[in-house]
Amino acid sequence: MNALLQVDGLCVHYGAVEAVRGVDFSINEGEIVALLGANGAGKSSTLNAMVGLVPRSSGSVVFAGKDIAGKPTESIVRHGMTLTPEGRRVFGSLTTEENLLLGSLPLDNPAIDRSRNLERMYQLFPILSERRNQISGTLSGGQQQMLAIARSLMSSPRLLLLDEPSLGLAPQIVDTIFEQIVELRNAGITILLVEQNVAMSLDVADRGYIMASGTVVTQGTSKELSSSSVVEQAYLGHE
Amino acid sequence: MEGDFGIFVQQTVNAISLGGTYALLALGLAIIFSIMGMINFAHGELMTITGYTLMYCGLSGIPFYIAAPLAVMVAVGSAVLMERIAFRPVRGGSAASMLVTSFAVAIILQTLFQNLISTRSQAVILPDVFAQSVHFFGLSIGVNQILSITLTVTILIALNWFLRKTILGMAMRAAAEDFSVARLMGVRANAVIAGAFAISGALAGAAGVLWVAQRASVDPLMGFVPVLKAFIAAILGGLGSLTGAVAGGFALGFIEIYLAAYLPDNIQPYKEALALGAVIALLLVRPNGLIPAVTIGREKV
Repeated sequence: MNALLQVDGLCVHYGAVEAVRGVDFSINEGEIVALLGANGAGKSSTLNAMVGLVPRSSGSVVFAGKDIAGKPTESIVRHGMTLTPEGRRVFGSLTTEENLLLGSLPLDNPAIDRSRNLERMYQLFPILSERRNQISGTLSGGQQQMLAIARSLMSSPRLLLLDEPSLGLAPQIVDTIFEQIVELRNAGITILLVEQNVAMSLDVADRGYIMASGTVVTQGTSKELSSSSVVEQAYLGHE
Repeated sequence: MEGDFGIFVQQTVNAISLGGTYALLALGLAIIFSIMGMINFAHGELMTITGYTLMYCGLSGIPFYIAAPLAVMVAVGSAVLMERIAFRPVRGGSAASMLVTSFAVAIILQTLFQNLISTRSQAVILPDVFAQSVHFFGLSIGVNQILSITLTVTILIALNWFLRKTILGMAMRAAAEDFSVARLMGVRANAVIAGAFAISGALAGAAGVLWVAQRASVDPLMGFVPVLKAFIAAILGGLGSLTGAVAGGFALGFIEIYLAAYLPDNIQPYKEALALGAVIALLLVRPNGLIPAVTIGREKV
């Protein structure tokens, strides 16, 4: 079986600074794959380059059989891959429901699928239904994170990239978010999870890749990585 | 109704009418600024283009009720072309390079008007009804002003509806707040920016029609002063905030008209200075404007 996503030799430069130096990984349909590593390892840059928010300097990103590297973000999300960005970044002056409606823009048949997806999101995240007319900037951090994920799901993506969904949230809320990630996978969505929270990520993920200094230093099943000392080293910054 | 109160009501109508025109112009500037982080100083030339379209229509005997919407459409087309030709190549450049580009566009257009049309002010033929007044409760209000206020209110309600109730309007508000994430929602950058210019062109066109309807003339530099005022209004309201632009426009209209009406004669020469002084005083109290934008300091396209 071909992978749903195949990244080969992806490089990202910011001026003279090399943030991502030839990253390779793949994701199969139905998996949760964790991309782990310390701050500054190049995880977010990798995600942003995959969806075209930062330009890649070389490498290929093949999604569902098509090379999408170098395409504009708005056309990549229409292919079925989307990103829930780090820091949530909900449109704070818009209501919960307006945020969700915007998420449905990439749909092929918005007239048919928009209201169906909206109902599904309200079932998946009942708190958002209660807060549907609230200005999203006044939601709590956890609610904003749920909104950010739900907004991405409104486009019915095949692959969801989650950048630090637990960042800055209270431990209980983090538990809820991780439970929801598993539920999403059970609902058939493939997930690439970028996280600082290694233990919880390897708990929910099938496989993982560890990045350090802009490159993948090790990979394996979650079980293998949980018992590996490379993970600890990657976070402590040793090579 | 006679005397002081009558004059006060009259001046208030004048203030709403002038403030409304400033509000439309300031709104046009604010929409572009909120999405691109650029002040379009060529916005005034869209007004001038509208004025010349009205002039030529009048000369060719086209009735005003056809000429006015036509002139607004010409302004919309010009705004979209302006973006495509001049601003798209510098998009994502520094704020300074975008600002200088907009100045260049403004000066090129002014020079073209001067060389191809005339350096002098040209008369615009208006329907006779514009010069008439309506009398009620002992007040006499110009037809002109009634039309101006009605049109401004209608446009503001329509624009508010568009921005709140349509998906494209929501996309524009989202793009103004966080352009990168808007693109993650599938919002096409070129489409949303072209849309913003089309709307700002329509607003400049409407303001141009109102401006010319008050003065019955057009000249190559006509757009400069009103857009400078609109820029001040936009800053007063809170740069990038649409509600703020409207509030700032009306506030400036009221300040100017009341000063002109009530300052003693010997202080009249200083009324512009006093008006700007009042703006500065308001900004000292509220440095981010009357109704600040939510996105102050955030990265633009």
